[in-house]
Amino acid sequence: MSNATIISKTAVELSHSLSEKELSSQEVAQAYLEQIDRVDPQVHAFLHRDDDDFLAQANASDKRRAEGNTLGPLDGIPVAIKDVISVQGQPLTAASKILENYISPYDATVIRKLKDAGAVIGGRLNLDEFAMGSSTENSAYGPTRNPWDFNRVPGGSSGGSSAAVAAREAPLTLGSDTGGSIRQPASLCGVVGVKPTYGMVSRYGLAAFASSLDQIGPFSQTVEDAALLLETISGHDPLDSTSFPTEVPQYSAALRDPLTPCTLGLPKEFFGEGIDDEVRKAIDQTIEFYRSLGHKIVEISLPTTDLAVPVYYVIATAEASSNLARYDGIRYTSRSEQSENAINVYAKSRGEGFGEEVKRRCILGAYGLSSGYYDAYYLKAQKTRTLIREDFSRVFKEVDVILTPTAPTPAFKFGEKSNDPISMYLSDIFTISTNLAGLPALSVPCGFTNSGLPIGMQLIGQAFEESSLLSIAHAYDREHRFGCQSPNI
Amino acid sequence: MSESDPNPMDIDYVSNLARIELTKEEREKFQHQLGDVLQYFEKLKEVDVDGVEPTAHAFPRFNVWDEDQAKEPFSVKQAIQNAPQSRNSQIVVPKVVED
Repeated sequence: MSNATIISKTAVELSHSLSEKELSSQEVAQAYLEQIDRVDPQVHAFLHRDDDDFLAQANASDKRRAEGNTLGPLDGIPVAIKDVISVQGQPLTAASKILENYISPYDATVIRKLKDAGAVIGGRLNLDEFAMGSSTENSAYGPTRNPWDFNRVPGGSSGGSSAAVAAREAPLTLGSDTGGSIRQPASLCGVVGVKPTYGMVSRYGLAAFASSLDQIGPFSQTVEDAALLLETISGHDPLDSTSFPTEVPQYSAALRDPLTPCTLGLPKEFFGEGIDDEVRKAIDQTIEFYRSLGHKIVEISLPTTDLAVPVYYVIATAEASSNLARYDGIRYTSRSEQSENAINVYAKSRGEGFGEEVKRRCILGAYGLSSGYYDAYYLKAQKTRTLIREDFSRVFKEVDVILTPTAPTPAFKFGEKSNDPISMYLSDIFTISTNLAGLPALSVPCGFTNSGLPIGMQLIGQAFEESSLLSIAHAYDREHRFGCQSPNI
Repeated sequence: MSESDPNPMDIDYVSNLARIELTKEEREKFQHQLGDVLQYFEKLKEVDVDGVEPTAHAFPRFNVWDEDQAKEPFSVKQAIQNAPQSRNSQIVVPKVVED
């Protein structure tokens, strides 16, 4: 089988080929390494690779298979990791200079689960520093380029994770989503991305940005692949006290059940001004498709929609300013050589080690938590967050899922929004509210613009109802498979 | 700080709270940009949240206890492997107490 054929396969197809002995995990790993060698000088999805370790894992998988001890459908399948999730013995920079030399002393729970499933853990993927951004331009190690148009951003913050799947440098990747950081880049790169319900996937070993919002989730070409990866990484973890004690359904099996007619809600606040015409048209076609399958489409209202972005930036920056206090120049980060005493070692190390957006957000967060402003900003935002949750609870009495565009526009150009924080923040306007409400949501590719840029639709589900969310998404995806189209690079 | 107007933000005071040293250029740029962001946050002022409970977590869990069992901790080597300066299995820090 040619390398081009291998890398074009979905994870489910690769798994099938491995079990049929048409391919070895070694061959799969080699094919991806060659593709990374070929395209990554342009795409720049990877910050670090350890090819020897990668091939050794593939070899171990082949051995298990030969001995009849295969660990499951992911055994031998490569999964590349956003550089914010700990893999023992591998670097974790969070795309920040302050963690330039950091090596993880332990595995994140999601990584332990992947290793237990036999997955071949691949390289470290680029992101906006500490997952703060929507374009991957905030990486201290240079931006990732969108494989569909190298002049455009891949989205962010998990831009390396989305670009790697789109450029066929990995069949599966993991990212993290705090306000849209999985779904928005998935949409901009034309791949599938899932943010699970808050508490469904352990955050142990994820470098924290905003702990009440962060979730790890999968990227893939198809919804079927995402279901397979999600069921592997989900589940209660005693090491994360916010992880929810609930059973993990077999999502892949649920996809094979016939879909009963359901009700899809279109929030009128998401379909107002500011949506690109071609995005609008593609979303209208997906709506028509669901209607043609016999599902009911209703208009709904989420009146707190325009409050989500300000609430998010008050809460997320406050949590970030607390979480990032651990990068202190003392224990495990780089230390400023200019520091003279025990006090300015902090400010100087952080001043040198953090990039602009991280500094902006830590300062903003400290302000919102500071004496005299706490009630007006942080507490007010937390109360408004309750109103946003209540909006969703009310709507979910009428509908099964909510359908929206994932992002208002296709991929934008480098530099277009990087000097205007608010305009950058607004590129997450459709994704942010689900993190505040803790709900599961995903982005599925639903077409291309005339100039060939991918477009994504977002489906938002009820808490812990990933099964039905994925099934409804799969009903569209298996007929269209836009994520299986690859850019000409 | 509480007596002053929220706009403009006292960037020197807040960056000190955040323990981040800024360059002169950053200070000027952030002053302007964060002023715009605070302006944008003004939207929240109009929201009526009388009697509304704050949300800290979407699905809060309380009293999450761990089994009272001894576990294998990091070795000293693992614990300090990433320290910028270490000596004799300890992290070296700048001098805290004057001679």
